[in-house]
Amino acid sequence: MKILVCISKTPETTAKISFSSDSTQLDTDGLQYIMNPYDEWYALVRALELKEKHTGTVTVINVGPAANDSIIRKGLAIGADDAVRIDAEPSSSLFVAKQIAAYAKDNAFDIILLGKESIDYNGSLIGGMVAELMDLPYISYATSLELEGNVATLNREIEGGTEVCEVSTPFVVSAAKGMAEQRIPNMRGIMMAKKKPLNVVAADGSDNLEVVSAYNEVPKDRSIKYIDADNMKELVRLLHEEAKVI
Amino acid sequence: MVLVFAESPDGKIKKASFEAVTYGKKIASLLGCDCAALIIGQADGSDQLGLYGADKVIQVSNTILDNFDSQTYTATIAQVANNIGAQTIVVGHSSTGRSLVGRLAAKLEAAVISGAKTVPTNDGGFKVAKNVFSGKAIAEFTLNTPMKVISLMGNSIQPEEIGSTVAIEQMDVQVNPGRVTVRERKTVSGTVPLPEAELVVSAGRGMGGPEKWQIIDDLANSLGATTACSRPVADTGWRPHHEHVGQTGVAIRPNLYIAIGISGAIQHLAGVSSSKTIVVINKDAEAPFFKNADYGIVADLFDVVPKLTEAIKEYNSINA
Ligand SMILES: Cc1cc2nc3c(=O)[nH]c(=O)nc-3n(C[C@H](O)[C@H](O)[C@H](O)COP(=O)(O)OP(=O)(O)OC[C@H]3O[C@@H](n4cnc5c(N)ncnc54)[C@H](O)[C@@H]3O)c2cc1C
Ligand SMILES: Nc1ncnc2c1ncn2[C@@H]1O[C@H](COP(=O)(O)O)[C@@H](O)[C@H]1O
Repeated sequence: MKILVCISKTPETTAKISFSSDSTQLDTDGLQYIMNPYDEWYALVRALELKEKHTGTVTVINVGPAANDSIIRKGLAIGADDAVRIDAEPSSSLFVAKQIAAYAKDNAFDIILLGKESIDYNGSLIGGMVAELMDLPYISYATSLELEGNVATLNREIEGGTEVCEVSTPFVVSAAKGMAEQRIPNMRGIMMAKKKPLNVVAADGSDNLEVVSAYNEVPKDRSIKYIDADNMKELVRLLHEEAKVI
Repeated sequence: MVLVFAESPDGKIKKASFEAVTYGKKIASLLGCDCAALIIGQADGSDQLGLYGADKVIQVSNTILDNFDSQTYTATIAQVANNIGAQTIVVGHSSTGRSLVGRLAAKLEAAVISGAKTVPTNDGGFKVAKNVFSGKAIAEFTLNTPMKVISLMGNSIQPEEIGSTVAIEQMDVQVNPGRVTVRERKTVSGTVPLPEAELVVSAGRGMGGPEKWQIIDDLANSLGATTACSRPVADTGWRPHHEHVGQTGVAIRPNLYIAIGISGAIQHLAGVSSSKTIVVINKDAEAPFFKNADYGIVADLFDVVPKLTEAIKEYNSINA
């Protein structure tokens, strides 16, 4: 079983997001980064569990600059066997997907796992793109993945419930909560990660299909009104007459 | 031409699809073209698509498409787009839409925005905005190619009756059988799924345990609201995972969000702060959530929630 796990780097979850004064750039000053939680907690850990059960290898891949190496090493410390970094600034989602697909095409993976979305731009795009570029089935937002021979049974999130589906390898799947439990790398893993291969590959092409042209703050026009706990009638009145939501 | 995929899971057009059609019509007006709606298979309510803005309704019926498979659906939508010369494709940002939007963009080499929440403008470029950083900021994207793919965040615009009924045209497509077999669809019936819910009642660790959730259910029932929870509540198994809202859970934007016994951590706020009106119930006057609320009640939730439920019931009985 050869598994590829796509990992991305995102600002950590408590980060305050601010912009340059002309609102065109993200202010990255002092921003701390982490591995995208869906990739780390769910996609990578499930890949490792599958490998432990069915034998095989787990490769992590990132499209990004050298500054991403620390995140990639964390993937190795958690248990991936080797890593690939496609050396480029990700310009668009399709650009990233093309780099991943190009690498994956040459390496015959059985399963390509991603996170359901990156928590920075919340794209939810790369998985479907990689699948389309490689002409593979794609299951999005999977909360479980079991393998029997080369047939996988997956649960995936749908509105208000779950869909159970079946697909044979090779396929692409994006991981949502429930897929696995977070693993904290131990000292031994961290030491071993230093010796594992991290191959840097040159990127191919570039594009600017879509670009962020401006950032805006989320409008904060809330001013709170306190209501006495013994006067819920008043709250209901306000929700009806003032807020007009009921 | 703008092409809107009006999805019909379980054979019925959803409200989100009417939103998407109204949205598509607005883009068509901006670009000076027509808006076509595509339905795949059985779709009760498709006769209303014209009313909400479709100038043309196309139906594709093919048994291969009875099961949802992102590959066969992408092939279908791309062929229809090609047949009618559509250059902008709109899908909903639903579980179906999210499986399609990236595939469509890759197939068509299109610029893409997923989870869009504004009607595009065409002033110095085709611009459209979405929430980023899980709701901590808004980014405006400029889409730089003639071919564009957009998934529309639910509840971003309301369906408007801006058209008139139109006849449904059949169209044939060539599509290979899919490779994903859907075995089962399990949905909770009777409640509106969280991403589509207009009213949400949510509770956190302040509940102290799963035993007393009945008061939350009672409040939700009195309102016809959907229930949600904070992450630790789902992580400890007090509530199912699909109720977890926030940065690493479901991001929602209902009209009303009632947060009960939730402190208001930044990761929680990220997923709920786009709600139109927020009510916070917390016994700690210093809870950070009060800084992000429209209405606040500083009190013990076990005391106040039943009172609120009673007040809602009273309101319901008067307004029934
Ligand atoms: C990477 C990462 C991602 C995360 N993602 C999410 C996410 O997506 N969603 C999320 O929710 N959290 C998320 N968190 C967790 C988040 O940081 C908080 O820990 C969590 O939101 C707290 O949940 P809570 O408000 O229910 O609990 P607490 O913070 O424990 O707050 C409980 C509140 O209840 C109040 N209370 C207690 N008893 C009563 C009573 N009787 N009556 C009234 N009020 C009472 C208390 O005053 C307190 O304010 C994430 C954390 C990390 C590190
Ligand atoms: N630069 C990147 N390199 C490798 N994988 C990525 C990159 N960006 C995103 N991904 C993967 O694609 C998933 C979805 O990302 P997105 O489509 O950007 O929301 C993430 O959870 C990662 O698994």
